[in-house]
Amino acid sequence: MSEFTEALGHAARLLAAFDSGVWEIVLLSLQVSCLAVALAALCGFPLGAALALYVFPGRRAVVVLINALMGLPPVVVGLTVYLMLSRSGPLGDLGLLFTPAAMVIAQWVLVTPIITALTRQVIEDLWEEYEEELRSLGSTRAQAIGTLLWEGRYRLMTAVLAGFGRAVAEVGAVLIVGGNIAHATRVMTTAIALETAKGELALALGLGAVLVTLALLINAVAYLTRDLARA
Amino acid sequence: MSPSISSLPLRLEGVSYAHNGHTLLHEISLTLAGDAATVVLGPNGAGKSLLLRLCHGLIPPSTGRILWAGDAAKQAMVFQRPVLLRRSVAANLSYPLRLLGLAREERERRVAEALAMAGLTPFADRYARSLSGGEQQRLALARAWVRQPEVLFLDEPTANLDPAATRQVEVIVKRFRDAGTKVVMTTHDLGQARRLAEKVLFLHRGRLLEQAPAECFFAGPATAEARAFVRGELLW
Repeated sequence: MSEFTEALGHAARLLAAFDSGVWEIVLLSLQVSCLAVALAALCGFPLGAALALYVFPGRRAVVVLINALMGLPPVVVGLTVYLMLSRSGPLGDLGLLFTPAAMVIAQWVLVTPIITALTRQVIEDLWEEYEEELRSLGSTRAQAIGTLLWEGRYRLMTAVLAGFGRAVAEVGAVLIVGGNIAHATRVMTTAIALETAKGELALALGLGAVLVTLALLINAVAYLTRDLARA
Repeated sequence: MSPSISSLPLRLEGVSYAHNGHTLLHEISLTLAGDAATVVLGPNGAGKSLLLRLCHGLIPPSTGRILWAGDAAKQAMVFQRPVLLRRSVAANLSYPLRLLGLAREERERRVAEALAMAGLTPFADRYARSLSGGEQQRLALARAWVRQPEVLFLDEPTANLDPAATRQVEVIVKRFRDAGTKVVMTTHDLGQARRLAEKVLFLHRGRLLEQAPAECFFAGPATAEARAFVRGELLW
């Protein structure tokens, strides 16, 4: 137990001193996950809204599939993206494997279904409320997509935060496609896994504290935006 | 508000509407023309709202035809519970004008005019959903006004309002009438019908039982159902 408290104290000192090694890792984590989530929102918002508004054969199957993809195992995503980006893979020529870009791609694959599925749900609910009014005002379905995404902006924030929470906490995918290379592709989760394996608990605990704080913050913001959405 | 090519008359030919095997409107034929305000009367469940939705094109008839003489786009509708956008009052008014592709100057001009018409100018920058029920309904009317419709459908626009707010809405409805818009309105409020109607359509259980000038209808309804309704005895 004394080892744990000692490590905890060391971790606190590391964070308080703004240890450059720690903050490099935290910063890369945030950069990768923010970019991945932004790209996922760019795809997931219109895709989810279109799924909510347009009726086409096989729509149900697509909805079920996207809902199922919300639970994609990160290691499997990592493996698949690894195979695509490896030298002999179809995208091997891009030379992206073991770079932050590869990690962004992997997290984008993980997060896009989450944002798409949650967006579809939000927009479908709104469409029920708005349909007659928007059609009466002369809106086409395509125009309604933009309108409803804006009307649902607070509720959609929750979808984005859920996606970000998933991305930043995930370890399997970024480990496989990033390689956990020091000063290059090491993020909080991979660093924690590595340092724990090495017995270096201080750094692991310090990063763990940052991750937990982040999770708390995200949930607090999500809770507050839900209040805004009710207005 | 009287463009060269009128969208009226609107003709309904043998229009029926059925849902889940129940026929809710039976073989309705009528013509809406001129600028006299038409009030659709009838007890709850008579099919008044349904008739308006069919005319407005929100739902297709099961059988029969709905024919506009001209441009069917020159119509607007105000619902019993209007859905306001989560933006400012002014932004709610410019929204339909954006959909029409109007230039910014023209949008601003029409928005300012509609705000003044509905007495909402002081509320222009307020969040639309923070308005009171009566103000929200006036905003919905102003949102119809900016489109300068030839036909305005109103579905029980004052059903949820207190007497003062109801009066304000009726004043605005009269402004539409005076601007040359054909007003077609449902209500189950006989007093309101007497105040606003120039023509009456009387619906009962999905059938159009009477269509008559308002004074004739109120002086002596032709059918037993309408007579009972005017006396306040026919409740469904």
